Amino acid sequence: MSDDKQKVTSTDEFIKGLWRDNPVFVQVLGMCPTLAVSNTAENALAMGLATAFVLLMSNILVSLLRNFVPKQVRIASYILIIATFVTVTDYAIQAISVELHKSLGAFISLIVVNCLILSRAEAFASKNTIGKSILDALGMGLGFTLALFCLGAVREILGNGSIFNMPIFSEGFQSWIVMILPAGGFFTLALWLLIINALQTRKAKS
Amino acid sequence: MLKKTLDISSSPHIYKGRSTNEIMKNVVWALLPVVFFSVYSFGLNALLVIATATFASVLTEHVLCRLSKKETTIGDYSAVITGLLLGLTLPPSFPLWMAFIGGIIGIALGKYIFGGLGYNVFNPALVARAVLQAAFPVAITTWHPAFLTDRFSSIASSVFTLPFMEPKFDVISGATPLSAFKFDGVTTSTAELAFGQVSGSAGETCAVIIILGGIYLIARNMMNWRIPAAVLLSAFVLSGILYSINSELYPSPWFMLFSGGLMLGAVFMATDMVSSPITPIGLWIYGGIIGILTIVIRVWGGLSEGVMYSILLANAISPHIDSIIKNRVYGTKRKIKTA
Repeated sequence: MSDDKQKVTSTDEFIKGLWRDNPVFVQVLGMCPTLAVSNTAENALAMGLATAFVLLMSNILVSLLRNFVPKQVRIASYILIIATFVTVTDYAIQAISVELHKSLGAFISLIVVNCLILSRAEAFASKNTIGKSILDALGMGLGFTLALFCLGAVREILGNGSIFNMPIFSEGFQSWIVMILPAGGFFTLALWLLIINALQTRKAKS
Repeated sequence: MLKKTLDISSSPHIYKGRSTNEIMKNVVWALLPVVFFSVYSFGLNALLVIATATFASVLTEHVLCRLSKKETTIGDYSAVITGLLLGLTLPPSFPLWMAFIGGIIGIALGKYIFGGLGYNVFNPALVARAVLQAAFPVAITTWHPAFLTDRFSSIASSVFTLPFMEPKFDVISGATPLSAFKFDGVTTSTAELAFGQVSGSAGETCAVIIILGGIYLIARNMMNWRIPAAVLLSAFVLSGILYSINSELYPSPWFMLFSGGLMLGAVFMATDMVSSPITPIGLWIYGGIIGILTIVIRVWGGLSEGVMYSILLANAISPHIDSIIKNRVYGTKRKIKTA
């Protein structure tokens, strides 16, 4: 048994972030962007991918430097690494689409303080090889994107009657204003947590 | 054979012989006249809206009990009350599908998620209405005029809006006395308000019938008289002070007392046993907060009516009210004053 546990396959490192240890639905990390910018599917997807990119790059760098950074200043150096890539992302998004940059607002810069990224750096990348760290970052990043997309899709469909700005209902759809408001973020997140928890309890029982 | 073991149970050990079921049934009796008057003044529209909200609440309660593999609790009438109260707070020409969603939200989000009857932090009917207000602000503030001549033969087109579709309201729509005052500066006479000759939510218009229902419950000792007394008194005093300062700007205290949902809220919503404090002084404070907040929202807030939010806020702090005014247990130390 103990042998099994030590031999975590590389697919496991990737899959765990998507489902078993999903950063939003299971670990409930990074709530600020999750609740704030998941009002449309587009915003959610952009935010998720931006976070995934920063997570991937910072995991790589932290993993590379793990034997050189003194223990006392490790958090500060992680933040510095993360902040660098956030700045890169910030400018990149601004170059790709000014409109998207406007609608995400301050939340792009706030990726710096997303505890998901810091927790992966501290708990995983600083202790594992670069290959594993990349897989971990990809899994966690995509898991985060997936979760944000799940929230954003529900909120946009109910709150706007559209998905990716394409209307999916016929004329005269009654939009649920509350879903676009911050309160809708909490409702939707709670709903998803309920569903995921119910599924996982059922799985654990059987 | 004599039982050898000693049963240990927590208080109360003396029962009045009165079940939740019986109290709830009496609340339903007290609400029925309100429902009848609502149907009388708004016709089939109100009947449909109230029936839908009630049906949705009871159905949700039943389904949720089944899903969690418990015995169904629809027999205790609490879901019926939630549904009736929700229906009574909605505008009479409210689309039925929205009322149905309200019923589901009230029971699922307002009550069952906390563990069912006896555990809800907020009044379930008001939770539902608050969500509906946030989700569909236009539909919930479009009022239907009362006493139309064809109210028993025709139904407003908005009532049968298809699910998830935007309702189209008839051209004629009435303003509530509160919104008429707030946005147009028109006051309505107290007599009209007291006997329900005005427009408004389905069940809030006739103050006299609501008061009679309240008196029935108080006389049967099924409702604490302190809550409605505190709510109405504090609202009356505060609006009286404002009126005496500037009678041009602020409406008379009688208008404040009889208009809008204050009466319905004070008698049937604030008195929800689960979400109100249990100590007598706590009840006075709780009611006072509701009354004052209502007037504050009505006078200075952006909305014309504030009963719902003030009751929900007071619900949220009611456990704290109890813990603040808790009696000192005999023998324990007095709080040392820090001078």
